[in-house]
Amino acid sequence: MTATEPSAPRTGSLPLALEARGIVKAFPGVLANDHVDFDLRPGEVHALLGENGAGKSTLMNVLAGLYRPDEGAIRVDGREVEFRSPRDAIAAGIGMVHQHFTLVPSQTVAENALLGLDRPRFRLDLKHTEAQVAGLARDVRLHVDPRARIWQLSVGEQQRVEIIKLLVQGARVLILDEPTAVLAPQEIADLFATLRSMVATGTSVVFISHKLGEVLSIADRITVMRGGLVTAAGIAPEGVTRADLARLMVGRPVLEQLKRIEVEPGRLVLKVDEVHADSDRGVPALRGASLEVHAGEIVGIAAVAGNGQSELAHVITGLRSCTGRVTIDGRDVAGRPAREAIAAGVGHVPEDRAGVGSAPNLSLVDNLILRAFRRPPLARGPMLDDGAARDKAEGLREAYAISAPTIDAPVRILSGGNLQRLILAREIDSAPKVLIAVQPTRGLDVGAIEGVHQLLLDLRAKGTGILLISEELEELLALADRVLVMYEGRVTANFDSPTGGDVEAIGLQMTGGDA
Amino acid sequence: MIHLEPRGQPPRWLSPLLTVAAVVVALVIGAVVLALVGGDPLKSYLHIVDAAFGDIGVLSDTLVKATPLILTGLACALAFRMRLWNIGAEGQFLLGAWGASFVVLGLGLPEGTPAIVLIPAMMLAGALAGAIWGFIPGILRARLGVNEIITTLMLNYVALAWVQFWVFGPWSEGGFQQTATFPREAWLPRLTDFGKDIPLFSGLTTHVGLVFALIATAVGWVVVSRTRWGYEMRLMGDNAAAARYAGIDIRRYIVVIFAISGALAGLAGMSEVAGSVHRLQDRISPGYGFTAIIIAYLAHLGPWRVVVASILFGALILAGREIQPSGVPAMIQGIILFCLIVADVFTRYRVVAGRRAAAAA
Repeated sequence: MTATEPSAPRTGSLPLALEARGIVKAFPGVLANDHVDFDLRPGEVHALLGENGAGKSTLMNVLAGLYRPDEGAIRVDGREVEFRSPRDAIAAGIGMVHQHFTLVPSQTVAENALLGLDRPRFRLDLKHTEAQVAGLARDVRLHVDPRARIWQLSVGEQQRVEIIKLLVQGARVLILDEPTAVLAPQEIADLFATLRSMVATGTSVVFISHKLGEVLSIADRITVMRGGLVTAAGIAPEGVTRADLARLMVGRPVLEQLKRIEVEPGRLVLKVDEVHADSDRGVPALRGASLEVHAGEIVGIAAVAGNGQSELAHVITGLRSCTGRVTIDGRDVAGRPAREAIAAGVGHVPEDRAGVGSAPNLSLVDNLILRAFRRPPLARGPMLDDGAARDKAEGLREAYAISAPTIDAPVRILSGGNLQRLILAREIDSAPKVLIAVQPTRGLDVGAIEGVHQLLLDLRAKGTGILLISEELEELLALADRVLVMYEGRVTANFDSPTGGDVEAIGLQMTGGDA
Repeated sequence: MIHLEPRGQPPRWLSPLLTVAAVVVALVIGAVVLALVGGDPLKSYLHIVDAAFGDIGVLSDTLVKATPLILTGLACALAFRMRLWNIGAEGQFLLGAWGASFVVLGLGLPEGTPAIVLIPAMMLAGALAGAIWGFIPGILRARLGVNEIITTLMLNYVALAWVQFWVFGPWSEGGFQQTATFPREAWLPRLTDFGKDIPLFSGLTTHVGLVFALIATAVGWVVVSRTRWGYEMRLMGDNAAAARYAGIDIRRYIVVIFAISGALAGLAGMSEVAGSVHRLQDRISPGYGFTAIIIAYLAHLGPWRVVVASILFGALILAGREIQPSGVPAMIQGIILFCLIVADVFTRYRVVAGRRAAAAA
């Protein structure tokens, strides 16, 4: 897809604060940025919109000096620059606030602001920095006590410290990577007020997001990316609807050659009833979520990151404690150890393949028997039958075409697609009643995605109920018999047999409905 | 420019090769130091070999020294496999020695209680005392996330103070910091005990503790390589999140592994008092529990390799008696550990000279 919207007219006198031309950045198996152009005017908020994996973060990491582009040029204030490290970028006045903060918890705000400064070289003038921080608090509404220690601050305040740190270092261009993902609604309003007063003083802001409502309310201009390409460059928000943006973001569903047979949904295999659970940060993430999945049915969960879908997967698979009822094939497993959920027949393709779904330094054999090792023929009393384990691993490797030198190779050498096939092979082989698949195709290339999709459809044909949690609407539309929308910890909408025409309605519900 | 680059899949032979290389490099460095201070390196090394393996008598002494090292080395290797840094084998060893002594001195058993009762009771008490000493850091780590390196290290000092209290106080033999010699029924059988029938064995102090150590090694090997527990431990050791995902109760495992690790070290303490020293002293360990850490590393956490490494270090300890003034064996131990840690870097990274070509990816 190419630019379908007209670019906004060029402004006259001032040079662009930041300009990227023809940026190309490839990672093994994926072209993250394919000749991307981006520009930022002085004193504007420029929103960069796109789904996960669209290439937004890659582009910004290039601009912030974290990645070096394979091709392309970057200009700051009209001068061509080459960044070798984030230090070079900050020296040129470009700073990035990442989703994961980089603060020292035991130190004060002012001390954190000093980190990374070249000057003073030797004598520490904390008073000066404290005054500087207080000045920023006044000028651009970044209210935070310079002497407070980081661990005492809320997430919203810590984010302010990150911004302060960059401003103290002299940043005039701020790149905020999904800054609202971690914030409560009131904190989001505060952040927006801060951004407004910062741009009024001449600072420029790149605002990365995939929340349509926020983008429309804060941005002076909007650029949309999809699959490593820019689908709309610097359009003005006036007259643009959420539906337009959703279409630019999601695009036309790619036509896959999937074999899909009609399956009559069978008995109830998963029932989640009024479940409440906290996130890792200890704030409520699930607030009365309820849903049902029947045998032979794929139920999709569409939600913007951070609306409780990850916690939902954890609760069902026994990895997170909760209140309420979670019934797997008639057995209540809510708040019980993970082992009971597994015994009740739940399979899980976790969001984090390398961090949770596999043991990177162990062999294919060890990773492939992770579900089967407790039962015969692998288990013989307390012993583990090595021969049976190897047979199983060899069989799965062949059946699922996992490409690896040998079954003794550590799985960390597998490509993302192959690792996902391994995990799917293992989970499918355990003949689950319900499979919880979370972002099963994230970061995979097109061929691998189609393979994963076909595996899920084949499993559905065998009568497994599948809960598919994905941020790719396209994927949900291609696979799901029903799509549920989650928003702020609850299931807020249900779409039966959704089609491409429902994209806008689903996108709207994902971002909080018509409100 | 020279820099390090991560290796993909290191070949199978690399790790053992580097281990041997590390020991060789350590010996070369040791030789250079010896030469610098005016010694004759070759002569010193030959002397060490002769003092440790020269005849059946010193070979037996080497095995006596290796016995506690095997058991404490297994204790460390077991915990390290799960990335539980139990550096408290020393304290667990001392508690085990105390527990075994308690059976002899503290229970008030009638004089002449037969060995068939006494020895198993001492083994049980020693292992149990060590297990309790391992359980404490285990439960703190599992329930409260307390750093086990700190707790196990500190508990070593507590254990030493505890043993000192008993040998200076209640169990002191006439004011000396040691207990009275145990009755013969509390001694583990030694080879020399069969000297009457088999003359070759007379004077050899190798005791049944070595058999305990070898049985523990065999059991340990079967458990880690052939059972479901071994598989679960591998999984936890590599990726705790994946183990949780597999439905393994990690917290319970941490406690159990710490207790077993402590029990092995405790058994080492029992074997030392009952097999070799025959009384409790505060200086009963020349640092077996700390040397065990090096041994576990040198053995790459493999049970049978622990035995080999223990014999090597047993020899060094024994040779220390011979050439103590120069402190050569202690120095070599230190250099070996240092070289092993460096070698570990080379298992994971390769050295690349030239431009940083791959760095950008």
